[in-house]
Amino acid sequence: MLNEFMFILIAVMILVFSILTVLTRKILRAAVYMLFVLISTAGLYFMLSYNFLAAVQLTVYAGGIVVLIIFSILLTSHLSERAVMAPFKQSLFSALATLAGATLTLVTILRYSFIPNTGVDPQFNIIDVGNALVSYNREGYALPFEVVSILLLAAMIGSIVVAKKEPTLKDKEAKLDK
Amino acid sequence: MIQNIPLSYFLVISTAMFFIGIYGFLTRRNLITMLMSVELILNSVNINFVAFNKYLFPQHLQGHFFMLIVIAVAASEAAVAIAIIINIYRNFKSIDVENVDEMKF
Repeated sequence: MLNEFMFILIAVMILVFSILTVLTRKILRAAVYMLFVLISTAGLYFMLSYNFLAAVQLTVYAGGIVVLIIFSILLTSHLSERAVMAPFKQSLFSALATLAGATLTLVTILRYSFIPNTGVDPQFNIIDVGNALVSYNREGYALPFEVVSILLLAAMIGSIVVAKKEPTLKDKEAKLDK
Repeated sequence: MIQNIPLSYFLVISTAMFFIGIYGFLTRRNLITMLMSVELILNSVNINFVAFNKYLFPQHLQGHFFMLIVIAVAASEAAVAIAIIINIYRNFKSIDVENVDEMKF
């Protein structure tokens, strides 16, 4: 009973706040609504008793990425600015297309009967997860770990290089004029 | 697995979130809000990974690690995208997709 109540509460929060994220005209508010969506998702992981994943979701997603997005919103737009949406016709057709896709996916999901594994349900603590992450044995995931660490390194270097201050076109023209 | 809550409930939530993200991606005109829609999409995929892991293969850890990898990809994507957006803002004084068409045609 309590399970269902909590699940429905979290589900409603996720849906309402994700709709608000894509519909609100104020950009900073959209970021805050997205923060609520991410925190509710962490609540789902807590309900599944995956505490480590919920903690990662809270720290990296809700903590890191949202702060990064909020900073870039503050850097690039005025707070009073209203976001421009697509023209009505385009919004209508986008809504129709997404509704069609959602209906197709939902029908497919609901018609397929998943057989849940009701047998063993081991509780993984953070030590098991960490050991499996760096282990190169049969149940180890060292290769994806290395791949994603190279990706993170490349992304870090790339974003530093891209965001580095270079003389813009205007600066160069001003220099030529002198 | 959670008592009384079948797997399909999780899938319904993540499907709804995925398509809400797609709708936002199609209708938003500001680059940062488009990035936020992409984050919604990635987050819904994470819910799928974790729910499948819990309900269908609770003795394995695949869902855990792919969720962690998706989070890492989302973080690096956000970092690179925001670097590009800040650079665009420097050059065009706007981050509206309608104005950023220098390399088109």
